Amino acid sequence: MSTQATSLFTSDLSVVNVGLAMFDRDLTAQGAQVTTLDWTPPGGGSPEVLAALDALEDPRVAERTDAANAEAVDRIIGARPMLVGFGRAIDVVPGMTPTTILHAGPPITWDRMAGAMKGAVTGALVFEGLARDLDDAERLAASGEITFSPCHEHDCVGSMAGVTSASMYMHVVRNETHGNTAFTNLSEQMAKILRMGANDESVIERLVWMRDVLGPMLKEAMEIGGPVDLRLLLSQALHMGDECHNRNIAGTLLLTQALTPALLQTSFTTEQKKEVFDFIAGSDYFSGPTWLAMAKAAMDAAHGIEGSTIVTTMARNGVEFGLRVSGLPGNQWLTGPAQPVIGPMFAGFKPEDAGLDIGDSAISETYGFGGFAMATAPAIVALVGGTVQEAVAFTRDMGEITTTQNPNVTIPALGFEGIPTGIDVRKVLATGILPVINTAIAHREAGIGMIGAGITHPPAAVFEQAARALARTVA
Amino acid sequence: MSITAVVKKNTYFDSVSLMSISTRANQLPGVEQAFVAMGTEMNKGVLSNLGLLTPDLGAAGTGDLVIVVEAGEEADHTALLAEIEDLLVQKAPSARGGADTVTYRTIDGAARAVPEANLAIVAVNGAYAGREARKALENGLHVMVFSDNVPIEEEVRLKQLAHSKGLFMMGPDCGTAIINNVALCFGNAVRPGTVGVVAASGTGAQEVSVRIHALGAGVSQLIGTGGRDLSEQVGGIMMIDGIRALADDPGTSVIVLVSKPPAPAVQDKVLAEIAGAGKPVVVYFVGGSEAAVTAAGGHFAASTQDAALQAVRLGVDAHAAVDELAAKQVDEVCARLAPEQRYVRGLFCGGTLCDESMYALLEVSDNVWSNIQKDPGRRLTAGSPSVGHTFLDFGDDDFTNGRPHPMIDPSLRLARLVQEAEDPQVAVILMDFVLGFGAHEDPVGVTLPAIAQARKIASDAGRHLEIVGYVLGTDLDTPDLAAQVAALEAAGVTVTRSSTETGRFARETARKAHRA
Repeated sequence: MSTQATSLFTSDLSVVNVGLAMFDRDLTAQGAQVTTLDWTPPGGGSPEVLAALDALEDPRVAERTDAANAEAVDRIIGARPMLVGFGRAIDVVPGMTPTTILHAGPPITWDRMAGAMKGAVTGALVFEGLARDLDDAERLAASGEITFSPCHEHDCVGSMAGVTSASMYMHVVRNETHGNTAFTNLSEQMAKILRMGANDESVIERLVWMRDVLGPMLKEAMEIGGPVDLRLLLSQALHMGDECHNRNIAGTLLLTQALTPALLQTSFTTEQKKEVFDFIAGSDYFSGPTWLAMAKAAMDAAHGIEGSTIVTTMARNGVEFGLRVSGLPGNQWLTGPAQPVIGPMFAGFKPEDAGLDIGDSAISETYGFGGFAMATAPAIVALVGGTVQEAVAFTRDMGEITTTQNPNVTIPALGFEGIPTGIDVRKVLATGILPVINTAIAHREAGIGMIGAGITHPPAAVFEQAARALARTVA
Repeated sequence: MSITAVVKKNTYFDSVSLMSISTRANQLPGVEQAFVAMGTEMNKGVLSNLGLLTPDLGAAGTGDLVIVVEAGEEADHTALLAEIEDLLVQKAPSARGGADTVTYRTIDGAARAVPEANLAIVAVNGAYAGREARKALENGLHVMVFSDNVPIEEEVRLKQLAHSKGLFMMGPDCGTAIINNVALCFGNAVRPGTVGVVAASGTGAQEVSVRIHALGAGVSQLIGTGGRDLSEQVGGIMMIDGIRALADDPGTSVIVLVSKPPAPAVQDKVLAEIAGAGKPVVVYFVGGSEAAVTAAGGHFAASTQDAALQAVRLGVDAHAAVDELAAKQVDEVCARLAPEQRYVRGLFCGGTLCDESMYALLEVSDNVWSNIQKDPGRRLTAGSPSVGHTFLDFGDDDFTNGRPHPMIDPSLRLARLVQEAEDPQVAVILMDFVLGFGAHEDPVGVTLPAIAQARKIASDAGRHLEIVGYVLGTDLDTPDLAAQVAALEAAGVTVTRSSTETGRFARETARKAHRA
């Protein structure tokens, strides 16, 4: 008693004030330092969730959980994802068949798919030559002859609708540290594109060119140039003002810089090479998917650690938000309703045109960039309300629900703090802070495409389910 | 519908800003559709699809900004364009924000960010308070739990955890402490000094600290242990730790213990600590045993006033003294009462103030009823009408369930005051007014209309109704003690000078009224 009490009696009082703001005023008036919390009832105030949280925070359980989480974040931080090649999905993706369509988010059936995903699926079936036209593709999609499966269950991630078919070219990213591999398809660049739900002739034509020119050229270039260290490029891109989810200007330049010498040495014609460089120059999004595969390679390495409460997957199919947690191994999806995305829209579109949150791209935030690294991307603060301070606040808030910081990927403006890493289900519920996700907005109808960008959050329900499921595993 | 278009040559905005500006432009009153974009081929394609592409717009280049507004014929297009151009001129964000406005959501987060933090105040719903207190203790913070309705099992677990870590776990059910001359939660501005207090009673602790101040002395530390600390279940964990801490504290010369009646076994355990304190210890346990305290080597106090006086005499000023209640004052009141006016009704905010007056009256009558009566046969609930001498603690859970403490929300007490004035058997109504941090900003002012109404009811019925008020506070408190007292006196209220004197006044008028 005496030591602690004596040190209290001889120190200046510094109070953490929880619950009543009026005490802040009284204490400040008396010259004490006060930190008043922005407090909300943990677990949303639900007694059941609170009980699950208490079970997980029991000191004996917490000790094991903390150790498991330390292992999980070690793997995330230690992962060294290298871009090692490109290849057709049918050739490289585990479990891929000619009639498989991979999609974003947790499992979903054709009849329940969002408009953007339906548009992408029918476009892909036409592109693969499995259907004559979009009408025929709808019939085929509903016929039961097509296998729909989540990208995440095939070591893949797909941005927006995530629709991936057999002959699409994929990034091949190998995690050198842990030996696992992750895949994602190529950027179609922006706006009226398949992954946003557009599917007209111009969209199919571009996919054909990507299959016949861009993909093979990238594949050959990698064979010439050899692996590219993606974590290093990601880190550099963040230093250059990208958060690498909604802003990819620097990352695209860095990736192009790494690929160009080999691209020039490929066997393709100069005209084809010019087409590829024009395509890359046509938008800033070329490297967008690359970071998703990078993150996927790291997060998969952290999945399936007994007792860990670290989130390894956040993914949305436009109808449901799906969460996977390390301590709930395999494909145990916790799902809740997909949320609206709040943010500015292209001229001519209104909020009622917007589809709900969609895409596997939230793997960015799961790893710690994107919305979690907003503080490093002042150029896109308009997406989060307008001021750099608000962007910094997003990153600070994410620090409250994560386990550690990643020293390999840092934010100069925050004194080179690492990005917030390892979302802990317990902390999300204890703080009431939901992960922030930077994302694009697709039109709710099939066939139209991207109409804006902004931020969104997972539904709180998925974390509540996760806590209950985790509590059952430790009980 | 009509359309106005402007091309601003060589004016660049990035696409994210333009999306944001477009969105806001579309929300301007009067705008049917607004389009703010760079003159890229893609954007001109969109304009063409919309049928809005004029030759001027078609000539715009990728470095030119294009603004197109579609609005009603009657709209002021020039004004709308000007408003949109205003949106382009973003004001620089103010320098506010940044590090000094960072907010934290959890104790863990705050403790990490503020390493010098050493104490947490927890004032959340009782269902969550235990969890927050545990977090604070795990982070090495001393804790004051202000919340009510914390399960006693949880209190025991928390106090055991605190004890094992050498931390204070003050409260629940006693939101008063003074640490390093800073009053926490409910507390008064008292001068720093060398009297240390450990109290299991909130207003009891406030009263003792205020009396110490009134005697010219001051308080070193006041540790509020929680109202149930001396119950069988909790076993006095914090009072014992508090005694030890003050025994070790070089700034403390004398220790005062304050509590409502403790569980006998716990009282023994606490008193056993006194001998080893190495400093004089004054004990005021409401209704407590003088023999037990004396046998343990403590100084027995019969009242809060007595406790403060003895402590000051033992530790600060051997000649300290207080004025006694003047018998004449009581006689004057009794002379004005009708024969059937026999009963005292006490309407209290402070539990210990209520208890102290009630115990004073129990010395002269058994006909004493209360919601905090030890005797279950004479216990009242919040809804029951008064019987005989009635003492109500409006701060008890029965009254506070789902509403703020009467020190903040006086409404129930005001209604009861008017109700009691209707009763022809009532001789005296006692009321306390608690000043200080956390309390109502003007407790007397908010009560004056009800006092006037009560007095009018009695006088209309041809009775004198004596209202006795005690203002707990110091000359350093806000609002001003003297002004509060003056306002009561101006309203015809007899003002007492301490909780103890209030009890004595009640006892003496009851005794004399019964004789009459």
